[in-house]
Amino acid sequence: MSGPGTVIVGAGQAGVQVALSLREFGYSKPITIFNDEGHPPYQRPPLSKAFMLGKVGHEGMYLRNPDYFDRASISIVCDQVQTIDRVARKVIGQSGGQTEYEALVLATGSRNRTLDVPGAELNGVFSLRSLDDATALRGQLQSARDVVVIGGGFIGLEFAAVASKAGARVHVVEAAARPMARAVSPEISAYFTRRHMDRGATFAFGDTVLRIDGKDGHVVSVQTAKGGLVPADLVLIGVGIVPNSELAHAAGLATDNGIVVDEHLVTSDPSISAIGDCAIYPNVFSNSMLRVESVQNAIDHGRSVAARLMGRPSAYCAVPWFWSDQGEDKLQIAGISLVGDIGLTKGDQAGGRFSVFLFRNDSLVCVESVNRVADHMAARALLKTGRLGRLTPDTVQSETFDLKAYASKETVDA
Amino acid sequence: MEQATRERRMPAVKYIQFDGAEQTVDAPVGTSVMQAALTNGVPGILAECGGAASCATCHVYVDEAWVERCGPPGDDENDMLECTASERRPNSRLSCQIELSDELDGLIIRTPETQS
Repeated sequence: MSGPGTVIVGAGQAGVQVALSLREFGYSKPITIFNDEGHPPYQRPPLSKAFMLGKVGHEGMYLRNPDYFDRASISIVCDQVQTIDRVARKVIGQSGGQTEYEALVLATGSRNRTLDVPGAELNGVFSLRSLDDATALRGQLQSARDVVVIGGGFIGLEFAAVASKAGARVHVVEAAARPMARAVSPEISAYFTRRHMDRGATFAFGDTVLRIDGKDGHVVSVQTAKGGLVPADLVLIGVGIVPNSELAHAAGLATDNGIVVDEHLVTSDPSISAIGDCAIYPNVFSNSMLRVESVQNAIDHGRSVAARLMGRPSAYCAVPWFWSDQGEDKLQIAGISLVGDIGLTKGDQAGGRFSVFLFRNDSLVCVESVNRVADHMAARALLKTGRLGRLTPDTVQSETFDLKAYASKETVDA
Repeated sequence: MEQATRERRMPAVKYIQFDGAEQTVDAPVGTSVMQAALTNGVPGILAECGGAASCATCHVYVDEAWVERCGPPGDDENDMLECTASERRPNSRLSCQIELSDELDGLIIRTPETQS
């Protein structure tokens, strides 16, 4: 194993997947992952769920035992890449170390959007992205009584559920008219709002935070634009993310709300790929350039690039799916919904077991399931074969229609 | 006695791949069969959702002698198992839902041909 191999910038789910898949597929050249996390590569989803609940510790978060990477001849360099020299085909780390590449994969991820208000720097004000963030937040949660969550997205609501369970009073301030508005239908938003309120949480929609007040350096309250003054001894800011595309931009690669790649996840430089949160790519399910923030996207991007580097290129078309665990509820989404899609709810909404079927031009494009695992899995299988889109509102709204039964029918016409 | 209880208990799990390759791993009590495989680099289990019973890519076949001790799948797990990439069998489980205990020391697990 000599000569330049594959260099991966970023040790998150996407970056690590490239390395694992390359070795699985028999790649024999050097693989180097640049890791600036300060921990062995770990999973992020449990940070706001199982880890926050205290169900798993640090070791349980690791993607692989740290010694596994040695055994697989995957070199993990604890450094941050500062520069890409595209002419010499090498990256230069903060430490000054230079690493040549044959193929470069940018898996630089994203960072939390910051909230530019007075008091955001106070003790007791957190954001949540890294294992260190989650560890600090979990430590404070034990003693928190009044929790304010700024931003009612997935992270904010998953944390809200954990905080309610821990016995804190939880107040969510959300700028939009409903929670998770960018990602889910109004029906799903309404259900989860009610469920969080049942656990004692309160919501302010269409409201924003003006400032965070402190005493002796520690947060005591949050002042909202609509005049609310909410007591707080712990604040979580979860107002979205910004893709880390600066490194690519400085190297002269095309960026536009992320690092721009084609259907093979290749940037404007043929020897450089970009994957995961930081990559904006032509998505066949939304029929648009899209940046997707999910584990599925990270893993399937990683595999796709590894396959291409092994000489088996194919246009990226993996089925998008998402999940969010909030309290006892499991939300699972298959497909990509867009504003304007028409929703049809089936199942027992009051009893918390239902799915929202979303149609675009009378064609089923996305299924959001609450505690309806069978619907979710069926939708994913049908998206893969393209059969989902053949379902119309007329078919789906019939009393007797069942997605799982439809999916398991022999595909005579496929 | 005191010494024994203070020791970290590490039940052993044997994983047998579709191609017959075998690997035995010791993992702490409370670890899932999925996590034990993943962290030790046992191939054949993807576990895309990291153990939240959301993806069905940690599907395994429990050795017949161990099926009863592992118990039956839960309701959600049962639905997930309907949609695995490889054939579902009576001894199919999601390995993220099997927690290692002293009782399961020596457990034998077979991984399916494909997970995705």
